[in-house]
Amino acid sequence: MSAREGTTPAPAPRPHRLGAVRTVLASLALALALVATMMPVIASDTMALGLLAFPLLAAMVLAAVIVLAPYRLCLLRGPRAAGLLAAVSYAMAFVLISLIAAHPGQAGSGFWALVVVAWAIAWLSVEEMAGLKPRQPLWGRAIALAIPLTFGAWLLILWQVLVVGFAVPKVLLPPPSDIWVRLIASPEVLWADFRQTFLKGVLIGYALGCGAGFLVAILVDRVPFLRRGLLPIGNLVSALPIIGVAPIMVMWFGFDWPSKAAVVVIMTFFPMLVNTVTGLAAADRMQLDLMHTYAANYPQTLLKMRLPMAMPFVFNALKINSTLALIGAIVAEFFGTPIVGMGFRISTEVGRMNIDMVWASIAVAALAGSLFYGLVTLAERAVTFWHPSVRR
Amino acid sequence: MTIEALTAPPSRSPFAGLMQGTAGPVLVVVAAIIAVWYLAAVMLNAPFQRDMYKRGGIEDAPLAQLVADTLSQDRPVLPAPHQVAVELWDTTANKAVTSKRSLVYHGGITLSSTLLGFVLGTALGIGLAILVVHSRVLDKSLMPWVISSQTIPILAIAPMIIVVLNAIGISGLLPKAMISTYLSFFPVTVGMVKGLRSPEAIQMDLMKTYSASPAQALWKLRLPSAMPYLFASMKVGVAASLVGAIVGELPTGAVAGLGARLLSGSYYGQTVQIWSALIAAAVLAATLVALIGVAERLALKRMGMRR
Amino acid sequence: MTGPERSVIDIENLSLTFETNDGPVHALSDIDLSIGEGDFVSLIGPSGCGKTTLLRVIADLEAPTGGTISVNGMSPEEARLKRAYGYVFQAAALYPWRTIADNIALPLEIMGFAKGEREERIRRNMELVNLSGFERKYPWQLSGGMQQRASIARALSFDPDLLLMDEPFGALDEIVRDHLNEQLLKLWAKTRKTVVFVTHSIPEAVFLSTRIVVLCPRPGRIYDVIESDLPRERTLDIRETPEFLKIAHRVREGLRAGHSYDD
Ligand SMILES: Nc1ncnc2c1ncn2[C@@H]1O[C@H](COP(=O)(O)OP(=O)(O)OP(=O)(O)O)[C@@H](O)[C@H]1O
Ligand SMILES: [Mg+2]
Repeated sequence: MSAREGTTPAPAPRPHRLGAVRTVLASLALALALVATMMPVIASDTMALGLLAFPLLAAMVLAAVIVLAPYRLCLLRGPRAAGLLAAVSYAMAFVLISLIAAHPGQAGSGFWALVVVAWAIAWLSVEEMAGLKPRQPLWGRAIALAIPLTFGAWLLILWQVLVVGFAVPKVLLPPPSDIWVRLIASPEVLWADFRQTFLKGVLIGYALGCGAGFLVAILVDRVPFLRRGLLPIGNLVSALPIIGVAPIMVMWFGFDWPSKAAVVVIMTFFPMLVNTVTGLAAADRMQLDLMHTYAANYPQTLLKMRLPMAMPFVFNALKINSTLALIGAIVAEFFGTPIVGMGFRISTEVGRMNIDMVWASIAVAALAGSLFYGLVTLAERAVTFWHPSVRR
Repeated sequence: MTIEALTAPPSRSPFAGLMQGTAGPVLVVVAAIIAVWYLAAVMLNAPFQRDMYKRGGIEDAPLAQLVADTLSQDRPVLPAPHQVAVELWDTTANKAVTSKRSLVYHGGITLSSTLLGFVLGTALGIGLAILVVHSRVLDKSLMPWVISSQTIPILAIAPMIIVVLNAIGISGLLPKAMISTYLSFFPVTVGMVKGLRSPEAIQMDLMKTYSASPAQALWKLRLPSAMPYLFASMKVGVAASLVGAIVGELPTGAVAGLGARLLSGSYYGQTVQIWSALIAAAVLAATLVALIGVAERLALKRMGMRR
Repeated sequence: MTGPERSVIDIENLSLTFETNDGPVHALSDIDLSIGEGDFVSLIGPSGCGKTTLLRVIADLEAPTGGTISVNGMSPEEARLKRAYGYVFQAAALYPWRTIADNIALPLEIMGFAKGEREERIRRNMELVNLSGFERKYPWQLSGGMQQRASIARALSFDPDLLLMDEPFGALDEIVRDHLNEQLLKLWAKTRKTVVFVTHSIPEAVFLSTRIVVLCPRPGRIYDVIESDLPRERTLDIRETPEFLKIAHRVREGLRAGHSYDD
């Protein structure tokens, strides 16, 4: 519970104990590792190979037991435990992945048992990492990064192992390795799609939509009547499926990027309008009175106080819009494009059952989206460094 | 500016009262939008109309006729509001609900996958948030992904989910509902984690002095304090859910649903049909959000959280 | 007042250091204190000297970094799990979604009291703090003083033998405060509970306590412990007597010495 977290450790060094989760996981991993030595690792109709047929894997299992046993007995702990557990789990994952790549669809019960062992060790390493309280902030930052990365890496590892181990048809779900191969094999196509959709449609539409929303908000703010009339409508429109205007925009502006940019403009306009108007109203009475005592005129009040106060709201809109813009441009391409673009690629390759290409496109889109969002967040940190949610 | 608004002398005009609140200004703005819409319709449709006149040999059609004609084209670039209204009326009131041409029928199809996805997504989001709040490891490893996954254009995988599920024999409501689930579960998770963490330290300390179990603290403190957050994120979630359902109808060649109406409208240049589907979707979204707003008001009032 | 009776809280050589981002904060150091059954002990001292922290250590809301402490002969954690004490926080901390009656029922629900018993206790304790008739109101419909009284009723509802109170009357006006002081004293005399009471007010401390502990800051430690020889049965008039003023004077001296205005 959160109340406990802020406090310092108890006085007398209590005997080191593992929590319930860790005890269960460590015991389970140990038991499974031992049991797996007696189960077939690779099995098909014609053959069954045990652990001893794969010396590298056997060595890994040995290493796992050597780390797990003292860990379970509470002899191994702290940063060393976290590091050793992580190393063993990744090494096991690597060996398991290369093993199953050679025998797709022939995973035996021993194989799956070892997958569970490796996963349990990875979880334990994360438990240990999460419990570390390093003195140096740099280490703290590194751990805060390592934990989600481990989680993401294991998502990919399990995906790879499950898909290859069960020989899932590639048209249903390709393994990450195939997607990676596709990704590095077709950079020209992906780059052309990226340029068409992101650099043209998304960025231009985003700049126009956000800029227009911001300027209109400042105008609207000067006229209380308009503010009262437009704010409820803007709020309503923000909740509507605006994406539906895509076919109309395609009809009006043609198949090429201007129609995508137009969809993005419409989608990003209203969140920016609503947020900026709200932000401009965020200045409280006392601060307005202060500007009043200085006899500041409207532009001075706007520039020196109300716009800076509104910045957190503006950046909120910029962040929301960075996601909306990408969605808008991709979905708009479902309604018609020249033969290039991320949305076009996704919809046509799905039709051709080239699912690995689809995933490669999605990976590019995800990366672009995250980077875009990250850049906006960095800008936010720089501009609104004074705000409590950024300050530390 | 607020100061000017507050210190403005009371005006004597009989309309002053109307213009004070929000209702008056909203009505005026709506009226202005409709006026602009008509103007734009005339301007956008005029070139085509002039072409028609030229081809028909009509030399100098009076302006009034030009305007009237631009507002009653069959496939206008921008249909006039009354054309959309007529189409809406035709396809809702004048058609049997079961007819393939009834907007109610298509809206119902979209609504059902929206609701199914929304309910699943909300349940999933609440469950995940409870786990995250109680597990340090999940909090540190899962939450960064939940948050950064919001930056990923999730809708991009909609067609793939639909087609792939179709390929293994799952079709109809479920694939679309899955996209809606996917879209609505993120806002609910993020909102609920915030909400479950919203009790102040002193209130959590109080629970500790009673040595309450985590389950008791959840039921008696965390969940009630999370209620306002839940409703706020459910409003976002249901809107996202509807978008998911509509986009989910696009890739299958689209036989039924509002998304299908949009798609077939765009194939055949039936702009009036597109616009009426669009308006129907907007009405649906507004209704759903408003319903959650009503539920919110009732629930919070019963809990005494609304004064 | 010490002597034959059983001691409820035993603190020896206790210290607590908070590790913060800009270095350690020595909130408590070298605290020795023993509180007997039925004692009314006030903690008084300048702001930030560690009164709240000491109370939180007793309540197992904070773990000490040195020394030993026992509550009812157990560790604070065991005492908390046995639900040995009621805690009144500096703020009322009522739940806004529960009526006053439901707020008072909260610990009773958690501790598994039967429904009939709950209702009886709610009624009794609301009467005790003079809130009868406000059962169905929500906290935000009550004044600050009424909210604080409700939080006292909540702490009393499960009838703990030990009461830990952190400036419970700090936000109230003088008259209400006097009234509640009298009621608290009556309750204490009637039930023979042990009370640890944090306050900033010298008259309040002297009026209520059998013993006054003066703390001083940086690091937080005990500067003086003053035994009160005032009779257990007291009325507000006692504040005019020379004995009262003598004790108050000594407390003031202690406080003044603890305050350092040089820095
Ligand atoms: N969680 C914490 N982390 C770091 N320092 C803390 C924490 N809690 C208290 N402190 C520090 O410990 C010292 C004592 O704080 P405490 O709240 O006990 O003071 P207090 O005597 O109750 O003051 P007041 O009369 O103002 O309530 C202060 O210097 C405070 O800054
Ligand atoms: Mg305090």
